[in-house]
Amino acid sequence: MDQNPTVATEDPALLAAFEARIAAGESIEPKDWMPERYRKQLTRMMSQHAHSEIVGMLPEGNWITRAPSLRRKMSLIAKVQDEAGHGLYIYCGTETLGVDRHDLVEALLDGRAKYSSIFNYPTLSWADMGVIGWLVDGAAIVNQTVLAKASYGPYARAMVRICKEENFHKRQGYEICSVLANGTPAQKAMVQEAFNRFWWPSLMMFGPSDTDSPNSAELLKWRVKRKTNDELRQRFVNLTVPQAVAIGITVPDPDLHLDAGTGNWEFGEIEWSEFFEVLKGNGPCNRERLEARRKAHDDGAWVRAAASAYAEKQQARSSTAAA
Amino acid sequence: MADSQWPLWEVFTQPNKGEPFEHAGSVHAPDGELALQNARDVYARRGEAVNLWVVPSTAIVASAPSDAGPFFDPGNDKPYRHPQFYIAPRGVRVF
Repeated sequence: MDQNPTVATEDPALLAAFEARIAAGESIEPKDWMPERYRKQLTRMMSQHAHSEIVGMLPEGNWITRAPSLRRKMSLIAKVQDEAGHGLYIYCGTETLGVDRHDLVEALLDGRAKYSSIFNYPTLSWADMGVIGWLVDGAAIVNQTVLAKASYGPYARAMVRICKEENFHKRQGYEICSVLANGTPAQKAMVQEAFNRFWWPSLMMFGPSDTDSPNSAELLKWRVKRKTNDELRQRFVNLTVPQAVAIGITVPDPDLHLDAGTGNWEFGEIEWSEFFEVLKGNGPCNRERLEARRKAHDDGAWVRAAASAYAEKQQARSSTAAA
Repeated sequence: MADSQWPLWEVFTQPNKGEPFEHAGSVHAPDGELALQNARDVYARRGEAVNLWVVPSTAIVASAPSDAGPFFDPGNDKPYRHPQFYIAPRGVRVF
């Protein structure tokens, strides 16, 4: 990762005008002048975000055939389809920066691209579907609500659309958890166990503390990010703890307590070594996720081939008719 | 050709009958018919549109943001095109 946010090669006048626009709260559009570094940072961030949506389909896709009722199954299918849509919105936004989606997809399939570390954890029980909707989508909403005000127009607009849809994801997840938490002792144990596994990884989704995040300062300066990782994490904890309390779930953190002065739920130390291991590719499911993604891509080859062949045939037919 | 990325189409949605079409995003598709179907699946899963347009991205001609000043200038210096430019007697309801 290049950590040198140098913009010395840019035309100082253009750069000053660009930064003035950002400071004035204007949104930057694809054809506007932007520093190469801004383009690069956005491409990195948006493509990782798009990949996360695509890989995010896999842990939940695993449970579609095992959903406990038709109602749950319909919701889960709709949610997984939404994630595909979200991936496509953001790939489309990334393409406005001058990259090809094809290259991004290639980078994901051959393992060069990063995506959210949370999807490298296994989904072991049905309760995981609830906890993922509630915590993982809940964390994503906190993050994306702020990204919806990002300085890059296409990214911000994709986020507005995604946030609307993810509210359904979160609510269906919380409903699953609330039903299980009020169910039999076995169901209650199942949802508590799932919560225990996903709580800390969900906090890690916001990324390392800003003091340790190489990209934060620059992204904040250019208003790609509007809040620090730590601020967003705190917001998520403050929102989620009362929701857990309401359905009788215990947060697996002995240090968790409400700070009466700030109104913040103070939480314990995050195990960052785990985060970096998962990021490096050593999480429980990194390999399995990429294999599943590659298989899905390969299995879809005939559909793409058929669509191309059909388009060519139609084209040939219409040009013969015209002749 | 299996991994071809296909041409890019810009998608416009009409949220309700009688309203203007708005740009929603883009899709890749081998032809217009599939572009419409992909656009429906990506941009209209919750009744966001009653009609869709898909347009090959290459067909769009756009103004350059850097020329926005001079390009739109003729419109900016003609306040007499706005009703507020004109003085009406006090107490008369003009609008």
